[in-house]
Amino acid sequence: MPLIIGVPKEIAAGEKRVATVPEVVEKLIKLGFAVQVEAGAGDAATVSDDAYRAAGAQIIEDTAALWSSSDIIFKVRGPSPEEVGLLREGATLVSFIWPAQNPELLEQLAARKVTVLAMDSVPRISRAQKLDALSSMANIAGYRAVIEAAHQFGRFFTGQITAAGKVPPAKVFVIGAGVAGLAAIGTASGLGAIVRANDTRPEVGDQVTSMGGEFVPVDYVEEGSGVGGYAKVMSEGFQKAQREVFAKQAKDVDIIITTALIPGKPAPKLITAEMVQSMKPGSVIVDMAAEQGGNCELTEPGTVTVKHGVTIIGYADLPSRLSKQSSTLYATNLFRLTEELCKNKDGTIDVNMDDEVIRGTTVVKDGAITWPPPAPKISAAPPKPAAAKPAAAATKSSGHGKPGAPSSAKRAGVIFGVAALFFLLIGAGAPPAFLSHFTVFVLACFVGYMVVWNVKPALHTPLMSVTNAISSIIAIGALVQISPPMDGGSLDRPDGWIRLLAFVAIALATINMFGGFAVTQRMLAMFRK
Amino acid sequence: MSYSLATASYIGATILFILCLGGLSNQETARRGNLYGMIGMAIAVVATIFGPYVAGFGGVVWVIFAMLIGASVGLYAARKVQMTQMPELVALMHSLVGLAAMLVGFATYVDPIAASHLGGAEKTIHEIEIYVGILIGAVTFSGSVIAFGKLSGKISGNPLLLPGRHWINLIGLLVVIFFGRQFLHADTTGEGMAYLIVMTIIALAFGVHMVMAIGGADMPVVVSMLNSYSGWAAAATGFMLSNDLLIVTGALVGSSGAILSYIMCEAMNRHFISVIAGGFGTTSGAAAAGGAQPAGEVVPILAPETAELLRDAKNVIIIPGYGMAVAQAQHTVYEITRFLRDKGVNVRFGIHPVAGRMPGHMNVLLAEAKVPYDIVLEMDELNDDFPKTDVAMVIGANDIVNPGAQDDPSSPIAGMPVLEAWKATTSIVMKRSMASGYAGVDNPLFYKENNRMLFGDAKKMLDEVLAALKA
Repeated sequence: MPLIIGVPKEIAAGEKRVATVPEVVEKLIKLGFAVQVEAGAGDAATVSDDAYRAAGAQIIEDTAALWSSSDIIFKVRGPSPEEVGLLREGATLVSFIWPAQNPELLEQLAARKVTVLAMDSVPRISRAQKLDALSSMANIAGYRAVIEAAHQFGRFFTGQITAAGKVPPAKVFVIGAGVAGLAAIGTASGLGAIVRANDTRPEVGDQVTSMGGEFVPVDYVEEGSGVGGYAKVMSEGFQKAQREVFAKQAKDVDIIITTALIPGKPAPKLITAEMVQSMKPGSVIVDMAAEQGGNCELTEPGTVTVKHGVTIIGYADLPSRLSKQSSTLYATNLFRLTEELCKNKDGTIDVNMDDEVIRGTTVVKDGAITWPPPAPKISAAPPKPAAAKPAAAATKSSGHGKPGAPSSAKRAGVIFGVAALFFLLIGAGAPPAFLSHFTVFVLACFVGYMVVWNVKPALHTPLMSVTNAISSIIAIGALVQISPPMDGGSLDRPDGWIRLLAFVAIALATINMFGGFAVTQRMLAMFRK
Repeated sequence: MSYSLATASYIGATILFILCLGGLSNQETARRGNLYGMIGMAIAVVATIFGPYVAGFGGVVWVIFAMLIGASVGLYAARKVQMTQMPELVALMHSLVGLAAMLVGFATYVDPIAASHLGGAEKTIHEIEIYVGILIGAVTFSGSVIAFGKLSGKISGNPLLLPGRHWINLIGLLVVIFFGRQFLHADTTGEGMAYLIVMTIIALAFGVHMVMAIGGADMPVVVSMLNSYSGWAAAATGFMLSNDLLIVTGALVGSSGAILSYIMCEAMNRHFISVIAGGFGTTSGAAAAGGAQPAGEVVPILAPETAELLRDAKNVIIIPGYGMAVAQAQHTVYEITRFLRDKGVNVRFGIHPVAGRMPGHMNVLLAEAKVPYDIVLEMDELNDDFPKTDVAMVIGANDIVNPGAQDDPSSPIAGMPVLEAWKATTSIVMKRSMASGYAGVDNPLFYKENNRMLFGDAKKMLDEVLAALKA
């Protein structure tokens, strides 16, 4: 006996979305479920009853009949108290719930002994991305926010040079680079605006850049990543630095889009009345956090107001304003969740509390409240200690084939000090003849140092054998000794001894001389490309 | 030839020597550099023979006779030497320079003319120069002979650690200084000679003791250090003979060797002093032995599977070590390389600075086997490429691919730069057995999941791999 999925019409004011679309109905039926849709449920999203019927769904006219005959209810908005009353005992409800904000609703649902899966509570882990309705809605909201802003803004987004004069590009500042923020960045830069963005989580900087925005950091060191890819409440010092950044941006930009939300808390007030006042007349603020109280002090949730010449958009139903698109994506998210619940494709569901995704999503299980779930542990933030290591390794590995990094000032100072003392001693005590040789010696050491650092490591062996050959220059020393000088006759010189020593020394050095050069030549001839 | 002309020739020779070393900065100019060196040497020798110092026909005959002997021996050795024996040859040649420096020093001391026109401080300095010159020459000589013995296997490569060896060295140094003082105050040549000979014996013993205490894998440092000493010996001789050409050349060679030693020490993350003081990890040996046994299992494979892995790879890095030199496997390595390159596999070689027994040893061996030098890269050049590499093949190397140097701060080789072979998709280590490397450290690489061991003689196994590849 396949379970019946029921999709009622959304009754919340202004809600145009619907929890399923014909394409998804077909897929659900393939999973083995029967689907019934309330008459007129898709009207606001421009989906006709006929389309549902064609996809295989049954159209039910009576609301109460739909609720009572369905095993599983797919909805967008959380149920109203009346709707809760319509729920059948033992049924399963899938919709947005916002359990943190709506504890009474949770109580009511639990009292009905139903199972509730909250689409806003899907854990933010990689595996659950395909059923993350918040992300798909946020994506749409981000897009729509820019469109709403463009609608209110009296100028082009893109810069143009026309016959009638130059048009500067609009400057957009996006606060919060989550899914909605990134979508807004992408949309605004696609329209040609200059986009800047800020987020308390520094690791999203690259994502901002990849969407065509410029990341404006807050110059204050604090890790802003909370658990589950969300931001957390920041310290007083950070908030002060952040306000300074925002105040500066407010004076410069034409459009501000705020998306800052902290789960389970009212939205942080980031844009003060003074900042709004400092903006150019005709500027636009889109406060995407309006539903949670707004990021701007002057936001009036649900409406558009003009304060100090600045239009402030406080719509809380941005995804619903793109009803067809958001219905399709939401329906797909629900389908993915159904797939997770129905692993056997037999039209039944198994709310497996050992599955991390399902555990997180389930807020009421058979009448027992299971919210909040145990905290997930995975976040997009990179592990901290990774940064320090490569730097240390880099300093160590320098010095191959090139002079090493300059030594510290202190060490250099000590070396120079010792050298100066040494030279002072020599200068004071040594005879001039020695000094001239010493000069040559020191300079030659330096030349050798400079030259040899350029030698490739691959040629170190030839270098050794050639320096070996060159050091046979010692033969010169023996050469000058081998015969008695012409003017030295007066002294008693042991000629025989000296000649013998010199003879042997010449022979030894010559072995080196010829052997060294010859073997070097042989080696070098082998190196080829 | 006048004195000025001889001096001018010396300047020319000096410049040619500098160009010679400068030419070694890359393979294209290296051969010309060597030619510069030969010309420089020829100019220096000819200018000296026909210069103002060598008088009379008799002297020239002696010179030619001596040089004929030396040249024939040298050329014979250069032709006969195998590339795997290069370290031995270089060490032996260092010893000759050291010995020549000693002999010249003695000859200078017994030659009364050399010091006849000197007085006071100049004479003292001259005598110090002789003393120091012979000292360095003697240490170079005996140290190089021992290094030769160790490298050629005539002496065991294990470090010989005498009890209290640092004290022995220190006492030796004090005695040398004491006799140096006596030597300066000696009244007759005969008395001075006695002190000189005592000092020489101590210096010889010191050289022997120093190199005996150093183990096989530290040899690159020792060889380059002796290279440096032979240069300083020449420079000291230059001082004693007031010859600028000798001073300059000696200083060039000396600093070259010193830099090489420094690079080698850096590559092992060790201090020069600790290498010279001898032994490896002698202070932390206990910790090393008690260190954690790497977890995991050693997975052996055979030649056909190795060939399979190589054939399927796109990027291969070969890491040769001393084991390849010992097994004379470089030609087979080249055959495999050529075969794979013909198939479009990107084969490269990663050379650790201290692979082998001498700086650049592996490069020379691979060059001998006709491996093109542009695929032979330094550690720093390709260490980042391992994650993109399918197969990293380690041939007869151990410590230079030990991940413990990076991961395990308690490892005796912690901090030593290593080739990151374990980051390749698969690494293959060719070894004769599971014995640990020179540093006596177990290698966690062998136990990694993506590592395979190919046990056996490198040459034999590679021949089998080649046969399997061609089949």
